[in-house]
Amino acid sequence: MKPEELKFAASHEWAYLADSDGKQIATIGISAHAVEALSDVVYMELPEVGADVNAGASFGEVESVKATSDLFSPVTGKVVEVNTTLPDNLEVLGTDPYGEGWIIKVEVTSEGSISDLLDFTAYEALCNE
Amino acid sequence: MVEFAGWSMPVQYASIVAEHHHTRTKLGLFDVSHMGRLFFNGSNVDQFLDSLSTRRIAGVEAGKVRYSLICNDDGKILDDVLIYHLAAGGSFAAGENDGDSFYMMVCNASNREKIVQWLVDHLPKDSNIKVDDRTEATAMIAVQGPEANAIVARISSVDPETLAYYTGTVCSVEGANSIVSRTGYTGEDGCEIILASNVAAAVWRKLHDAAELIGGGATGLAARDTLRLEAAMPLYGHELNEEINAAQTDLRFAINSKGRSFAGRDAIVSALVEKTLPVRVGVELEGRRPAREGCNILSAEPTNQEVQEVVGHLTSGTLSPTLGVPIAMGYIRPQFAAVGTELLIDIRGKSVAAKVVELPFYKRSDR
Repeated sequence: MKPEELKFAASHEWAYLADSDGKQIATIGISAHAVEALSDVVYMELPEVGADVNAGASFGEVESVKATSDLFSPVTGKVVEVNTTLPDNLEVLGTDPYGEGWIIKVEVTSEGSISDLLDFTAYEALCNE
Repeated sequence: MVEFAGWSMPVQYASIVAEHHHTRTKLGLFDVSHMGRLFFNGSNVDQFLDSLSTRRIAGVEAGKVRYSLICNDDGKILDDVLIYHLAAGGSFAAGENDGDSFYMMVCNASNREKIVQWLVDHLPKDSNIKVDDRTEATAMIAVQGPEANAIVARISSVDPETLAYYTGTVCSVEGANSIVSRTGYTGEDGCEIILASNVAAAVWRKLHDAAELIGGGATGLAARDTLRLEAAMPLYGHELNEEINAAQTDLRFAINSKGRSFAGRDAIVSALVEKTLPVRVGVELEGRRPAREGCNILSAEPTNQEVQEVVGHLTSGTLSPTLGVPIAMGYIRPQFAAVGTELLIDIRGKSVAAKVVELPFYKRSDR
């Protein structure tokens, strides 16, 4: 996916929104900027399929050598898929953050927060502040 | 760059892991100018410093550098420091000191004001000793790793390789009057250079150019933290603080209590004899997830209350870049401190199996 097709949270997660059988599915990951800032990611704690996530609330954790950071969901909904191969292939976060580096897919149940997300240009501007 | 104790600190230049590895395999350059550098002028400085140090300082010959704890009267740790006794030379002259040598102390940045005050408050009556805080007038560069001494030797009048471990000397580095000591905080061989701050940038650049040519380079304080953790060196504010008695630290080499009196001595000796306080240990965790400071340590087996009991807590933890496993240090009840003891670490609500291991986690092969 191209970053231009994604929506971004100020907390550096991205969401790709697509319709599937009438449901809105958000694929969620973390931005290239976040991966670079974290540097040396060594572990990820991911939710289970079926877990509820809330926009702005933690859905998992990413551990770098230096520190633990929460992963915040850009949308509200239910986890329908988890990239279970990711914890063993953390390097794809750096090499393909908007593709193979996806973290979870969420069936969106409330669209309220989506309008708060930024497009790529606005997100980049935020990162360059 | 990150703010710490009023200093703008280089936490990482690029990748922490890459900086960690180049220090272990080639060399890392560290700007540690934030560390406090206190010089002493006056008579009987050695006896004065001895009276406040867990380590014997009086009578130590010139050239030696000693790691010591500074404790309050309750034996609790105010700081961990290096005390240098050096033959005078160049601008590091003896001044009003006895003989032709002088004393210097390197303390932690966050404790500098407290330690200066502690020292001044404990000067003997009628003493002519002056504590000269030259932290801002000087800078400090640590050069660490198997290639460190050879690189420094190119621009120093004294080859650090000729200095014994934990000794130092006044010499000339790139023409600048400097103190070079074979010391460090990474578990690697190497040295540390103290020199006037206005010449430090030029020396840094020279060392940096040479380091990059052989695959080394600038190394931030985050990598310094993973390096010192693998080497099981305590960090003030984590393993050491004013709640911890020096006896708990497993730094027996830094406590000489025989035939000496120093601030905190009686409380430290009592704690060493009683052995009831939690002690510092190293633990290795299963899996890949690093545990962090503040995580509780639980007993692996349920105790008599039929629950896993909190028996300690972690003070530092990371995924060891060298060993590839999560390592941590912490304080634990003495009955759980034996090497091999199985434990659980509570990482944000999840219990991870761990065991007590021998320290240091990493020891370089040539020692």
